[in-house]
Amino acid sequence: MTDADQSAELKSRVDAALSNTQPLEIIGTGSKRFYGNSVDAEALDVSHHRGVVAYEPTELVITARAGTPIAEVNATLAEQNQMLAFEPPLLGGTGTIGGALATGLSGPRRPFWGSARDMVLGIRLLNGHGELMRFGGEVMKNVAGYDTARLNVAALGTLGVILEASLKVLPAPPAHATVVLEIPAQDCHARTEQWLREGRPLSGVSHDGERLLVRLSGTQSAVSDALSHLGGEPMDDHQADAFWQSVRDHTHPFFTSDEPIWRISLPPGVDPNHFAGPQFIDWAGQQIWLRGDHDADALRTQATRYGGSATCFNHRPSRIGAFQPLDAVPMRLHQQLKKAFDPQAIFNPGRLYPDLEDA
Amino acid sequence: MPAHAVFRAEDTQFDVAVDPLIETLRAILPGEGLIVHEAGRRAYECDGLSAYKQLPLLVAVPETIEQVQAILRACSAAGVPVVTRGAGTSLSGGALPHPQGLLLAMGKFNRIHQIDAERRIARIDPGVRNLAISEAAAPYGLYYAPDPSSQIACSIGGNVGENAGGVHCLKYGLTVHNVLSVKVVTIDGDITTMGSEALDSPGYDLLALMHGSEGMLGVVVEVTVKLLPMPLTKQVLMASFDNVEAGGHAVAGIIADGIIPGGLEMMDGAAIQAAEDFVQAGYDTQAAAILICELDGSAAEVADQMDAVKACLTAHGASAIQVAADDAERARFWAGRKAAFPAVGRISADYYCMDGTIPRKQLAYVLRRISELSAAKQLETVNVFHAGDGNLHPLILFDGNKPGQLEAAEDLGSEILQLCVEVGGTVTGEHGVGVEKINEMCVQFKTAEIEQFHAIKAAFDAQGLLNPGKAIPTLNRCAEFGRLHVHNGELPHPELERL
Repeated sequence: MTDADQSAELKSRVDAALSNTQPLEIIGTGSKRFYGNSVDAEALDVSHHRGVVAYEPTELVITARAGTPIAEVNATLAEQNQMLAFEPPLLGGTGTIGGALATGLSGPRRPFWGSARDMVLGIRLLNGHGELMRFGGEVMKNVAGYDTARLNVAALGTLGVILEASLKVLPAPPAHATVVLEIPAQDCHARTEQWLREGRPLSGVSHDGERLLVRLSGTQSAVSDALSHLGGEPMDDHQADAFWQSVRDHTHPFFTSDEPIWRISLPPGVDPNHFAGPQFIDWAGQQIWLRGDHDADALRTQATRYGGSATCFNHRPSRIGAFQPLDAVPMRLHQQLKKAFDPQAIFNPGRLYPDLEDA
Repeated sequence: MPAHAVFRAEDTQFDVAVDPLIETLRAILPGEGLIVHEAGRRAYECDGLSAYKQLPLLVAVPETIEQVQAILRACSAAGVPVVTRGAGTSLSGGALPHPQGLLLAMGKFNRIHQIDAERRIARIDPGVRNLAISEAAAPYGLYYAPDPSSQIACSIGGNVGENAGGVHCLKYGLTVHNVLSVKVVTIDGDITTMGSEALDSPGYDLLALMHGSEGMLGVVVEVTVKLLPMPLTKQVLMASFDNVEAGGHAVAGIIADGIIPGGLEMMDGAAIQAAEDFVQAGYDTQAAAILICELDGSAAEVADQMDAVKACLTAHGASAIQVAADDAERARFWAGRKAAFPAVGRISADYYCMDGTIPRKQLAYVLRRISELSAAKQLETVNVFHAGDGNLHPLILFDGNKPGQLEAAEDLGSEILQLCVEVGGTVTGEHGVGVEKINEMCVQFKTAEIEQFHAIKAAFDAQGLLNPGKAIPTLNRCAEFGRLHVHNGELPHPELERL
């Protein structure tokens, strides 16, 4: 596929939808279409609006159109030994930069290197008035105007169509290693803390139900030094890459059944045993994946009790809302913000919350 | 006195009956909590941008969240503007009072509620000073990363309002990357928490939106931040360059080599001289530019990076490289940089600090243009530069007692900010828009974008009571500014009716 700027075409599609009050479902390659509540609307395909617009390795910034495949961005960065530090999940599909930001999901590196939202410097957005707008920019520090760029990350396209994004990129560390340790899941946090305070270059801490897997990324001597201190069994590089990719993209056998997959996001140090059923732990215990039919209300109450939240991530039964409901005050702010960007509620209606458009 | 009017007619159209307001607020704030007399209010008439002064109608000094809620409910019901103030160190006039409004001083919210060393989380009041967080965390081997130069005085609530940066941002992020959650009271007096102790929360990222919102969306009454383990090893080196351009290339070279230093700062010749005269940091006063580079991490990592950085600096023509031998020398290398502003204060009657961010590759061009623009105004500028993240602080030297100099300095500042936008940067990296750069916002943003900002504001504060006349310009203001500043023959906001 060739690079193309389709801003004008997308704007006229939105203008037409506005005059017909025709709701639109924003779609890239559709790889994360399962995520969030389902939308009944006409597709707005942004996958042809693609291409890396600018890349300045020494400025640590890449700018790409929404439809640019994540893999293409990764490859462009890899040529300069750089990377997207938030490790955007592909989830079995191709995945685009627009989708990565609209869902705001981050891979195993997230607790140590930052999230999708952390890396966003600026966006171009098409709002619900059909206006083409630019917020933020291509520089690291920028406090001019409200942080509309980060607000649109994880907003699931409900505030507008992300057309382009400038992202902070980071040097890819020169050395990597993964070790496997016989450590129970509940010790995940304490051990991670100990390693961090020893200055170990962590880039992934997962527990697959039996073993703790620790990825190290840094300078050659920092990684070898850490390897000799951590103990455990080093994993073959090839196997390790495959493992972390399977965690990032949910191709690990834990995720490949048809049962519902729940994502529990937690403060540091919560004992994973508070959550029953088969689980896969990532983010040093701050992201627990649960498999099976859970009672949504009970699970959400439990997650709230420990300061977190529960998302029904995949294979969601239709009676369950994907996201943990909000309290009255934040819901009112959400509804008013939705109206501020998309007063006719044409973008992805219902995808985030069924009552978002009820203001 | 400011060189131009701060508030416009449309910013001051509130109809406030002061006596009933005093009566209502007295019931909420006993004793000294409400300041009515002029001498007391005078203490709050300006913030760190002291050329701008405005007496507030009243000053409230609440001590509890319930009082803040009651105050905002009362102001909301009576249609009274509210300007929230932390430590009052804003360099952009963010906490400048409104002539018809209440100044909400959060100074009594100064408790550190919890340092949870095990989970590396601190829960604090908004009035707690930035540095006090790191001091409280230090016994546990932890610290709070963002370190604006004003950290000894500025408060964390203000840091959220401005999304404060510092000298370690490139590696450790801004305030927005280090705050986990904020408790916010809305203008209606409702309380809500944005963010959580988890790594993400359901719904829109209201936490990010609060950062840098300059008190326009709500009042922060509690902040929860993450703490970091202190780096095990730190090394600081200083390199001299015969020209600024070579220094800029060296910065690019370090990053191209895959190294993200903890701190990476540049000073130009005039800044070096001023700092050296002030603190005797051992700076090379013959150099056209010096680069201060801090590497931190495990001993192994720092050793690897030190070799690479030295090689890179040499390859880019550094005329001298000094590595700090010990903690004392490290502190001395930094002392000059951290004292750069007061050092400039010694050589000039007044100075005006600008805060643009530029793509780093434009540094040499921007510095050359700044010196041309300065010469045209017969003023001098001194430049310090957060080289890692492109945030430039030109300090314009002037004498406020000489007629016309403040106006000239403000005009030059405005030209410099417009230059930053022209090369692909922004009018403010970390000091905020406030009243200071509100006109230049019209250069950076188009009408639709400014309207979108106003819509966001209205979603939180439909009556426009929180900090009116700040941060986001009205379209009338932009129309007028555009008329005065036709740029490259192109009128900004051409679709607007000219007033």
